[in-house]
Amino acid sequence: MGKMILTKKQKKERNRILLALCLYFAVILAEHALLRAGLLHGIWTNHWVRMIPYLVPYFLVGGSVVKNALIGIRNLQMFDESFLMTLATIGAFAVGENAEACAVMLFYQVGEFFQDYAVNKSRGSIQELMEIAPEFANRIAEDGSIETIDPDDVQIGDLLAIRPGEKIPVDGVVEEGTSMVNTAALTGESVPRSVHKNDEILSGCVNGEGLLKIRASKEYEDSTVSRILELVEDATSKKSRTENFITRFARWYTPLVVLGALVLAIIPSIITRDPLTWIYRACTFLVISCPCALVISVPLSFFGGIGAASRAGVLVKGSNYLELLAQMDTVVSDKTGTLTKGAFTVTKTSPARGVTEQKLLETAAAAEGLSTHPIAVSIRSAAGNPAVPSGNESVENVSGRGLIAKVGEHGKHMVCVGNAQMMHERGISFQEEYDDASTIVYVAEDQQYLGAIFISDTVKDEAEEAIREMKKEGVRQVVMLTGDRKAVGEAVGSRLGVDRTYTELLPADKVEKVEELLEEERQNHKKLAFLGDGINDAPVLARADVGIAMGSLGSDAAIEAADVVIMDDNLNRIPLVIRIARRTVRIARQNIVFALAVKALILILGALGIAGMWAAVFADVGVAMICIINAMRLLNRKGFSSRGTAEVSSRTETSRIPD
Amino acid sequence: MKKKFKIEVDCANCAAKMEDAVKHLDGVNDVNINFMTQKMKLDADDARFEEILDEVVKTCKKVEPDCEIYR
Repeated sequence: MGKMILTKKQKKERNRILLALCLYFAVILAEHALLRAGLLHGIWTNHWVRMIPYLVPYFLVGGSVVKNALIGIRNLQMFDESFLMTLATIGAFAVGENAEACAVMLFYQVGEFFQDYAVNKSRGSIQELMEIAPEFANRIAEDGSIETIDPDDVQIGDLLAIRPGEKIPVDGVVEEGTSMVNTAALTGESVPRSVHKNDEILSGCVNGEGLLKIRASKEYEDSTVSRILELVEDATSKKSRTENFITRFARWYTPLVVLGALVLAIIPSIITRDPLTWIYRACTFLVISCPCALVISVPLSFFGGIGAASRAGVLVKGSNYLELLAQMDTVVSDKTGTLTKGAFTVTKTSPARGVTEQKLLETAAAAEGLSTHPIAVSIRSAAGNPAVPSGNESVENVSGRGLIAKVGEHGKHMVCVGNAQMMHERGISFQEEYDDASTIVYVAEDQQYLGAIFISDTVKDEAEEAIREMKKEGVRQVVMLTGDRKAVGEAVGSRLGVDRTYTELLPADKVEKVEELLEEERQNHKKLAFLGDGINDAPVLARADVGIAMGSLGSDAAIEAADVVIMDDNLNRIPLVIRIARRTVRIARQNIVFALAVKALILILGALGIAGMWAAVFADVGVAMICIINAMRLLNRKGFSSRGTAEVSSRTETSRIPD
Repeated sequence: MKKKFKIEVDCANCAAKMEDAVKHLDGVNDVNINFMTQKMKLDADDARFEEILDEVVKTCKKVEPDCEIYR
């Protein structure tokens, strides 16, 4: 685990424990030596008297526990750990097990010490992962001087200087300079993004080589970085079902075991007339009744899972969602912008005889003019974004067909850009084309056919692989919803290996479809996730068991509406986060089963007199330690930091246990 | 009003018990005590917030004398 780094408080505690340990052994050795030498006579044979030396290390190490126990009694907090430990050790003293009573307190404190250390450490390693909070901002005053201020003090409109290697303190817009910024801490993607004048820039990114001047567009509190930190911190407050179960369980467990101890101390003592044995066994029960190992193991596992996910650029907004992700059965996905790039591009042209491709595209682009329709944008871009010609006198949109524009000087040419139906209606003879996956636009100038342009939305490179991986992680079916034409939708669907495709849906139909699928899942007690780009599918994101928004870095609406936020645009993060979720749930379960099994075993053995208080202390603190170490595997697992996170994870290299 | 406080609490079960106790206080709308992040999020009536906070601290100390709430 590397070198132990302790806080002041921990150092003091460690020294106290070590001193008590030395004293304890000194007392034992002295007692044995004196016994052997036969020097213990008279009053020294009384075990109450022999207890006195043991009280020194006992109070040294356990004084605070006894004090807390007394306060607990005053406040009627009977099932408090300190109270239970104190009662158990007093019981052991009472039955004459001086050495053991003292040792139990010692061992208990040693365990607590390690537990405290391990929890602190895990807390630290997660905070390290989230070390995206900027510590300062450089404000440029009007006279050009630079002052260093707290990010909290930055106001909207302030001009800030970002030197190479510094973190961007607040969201803003680049005013001056170009640079490559590293978004790894936010997105898990290590390929730097280049920024230029007027580009938006997000807080939490790390500036590369260039000097940047940015104008703050948000205060720190509303900036991406502080929103993300808050989300991850709050995530562990939304408790998983397992966690709620264990807290409720603990509320009953402790009183019940204490009651068991009471019964064990009284009834068999009366029957066998051997109270010492049974009081000792009851004390064993008291030690086991401490619930901390149980209670800590579950939230810690989920904390680790959420940490591992955020390291991979995925924000999971609650432990409960991590739990739901692990039970995912159906993933419903939007097509455009989620499985596809969402940007239409001209994929093919088929000019008529005697027409060049350039002429075809330019004519179409001229007719489209300044339209912002995705098809117009793609045609213009394929034509090399020509300047919009003057004299575009009139453009007539023919609904469901295309458009007719008069272009050229005084609008002397009439250009039709539209679908086959339009060509038919205008009596233009043309060559009809067929392609299921594309939208086909025909172009004619002055009734003369120029050719066809094929436009399609390209599928994301990793989409197919991601869907295959999701299925490997236990997703039964992937359903695709799209507003697109049947032919286009189904072509994309079958190419990606999607199980079911629903096409030609209006936004309201999508909600209805998801409801339908949810109903289906509910009957099977399975969970459904909806995957969208988070921009216009907020209602569906909210309806699904888990709403996953993609590529949402900087989109407040998406972060708000979704339960799981994939910061960049990479679909491969989804199987990854499902894997993390499944592992988290598995580890949480292992911890519960292990802790309960050990406690149950020791309870039985303790009642039979086979297991002593030593074993009981192990059942408490030892088990807690093992659970913590088990949970920490989530963070140390290299496989979870995806390809892009080498840089982020290298920061935590020092605290890594090889596995 | 919702406010966040840094806390110091040593055991997970104590945090759960503190949360339970504070939840039942008069004027507290909601409270969340997070052992892992060592934070307490308190949602209480605006008008009596300080007064309620005093009560919260007292209650927490009662449940777990070792705890610390930084306000």
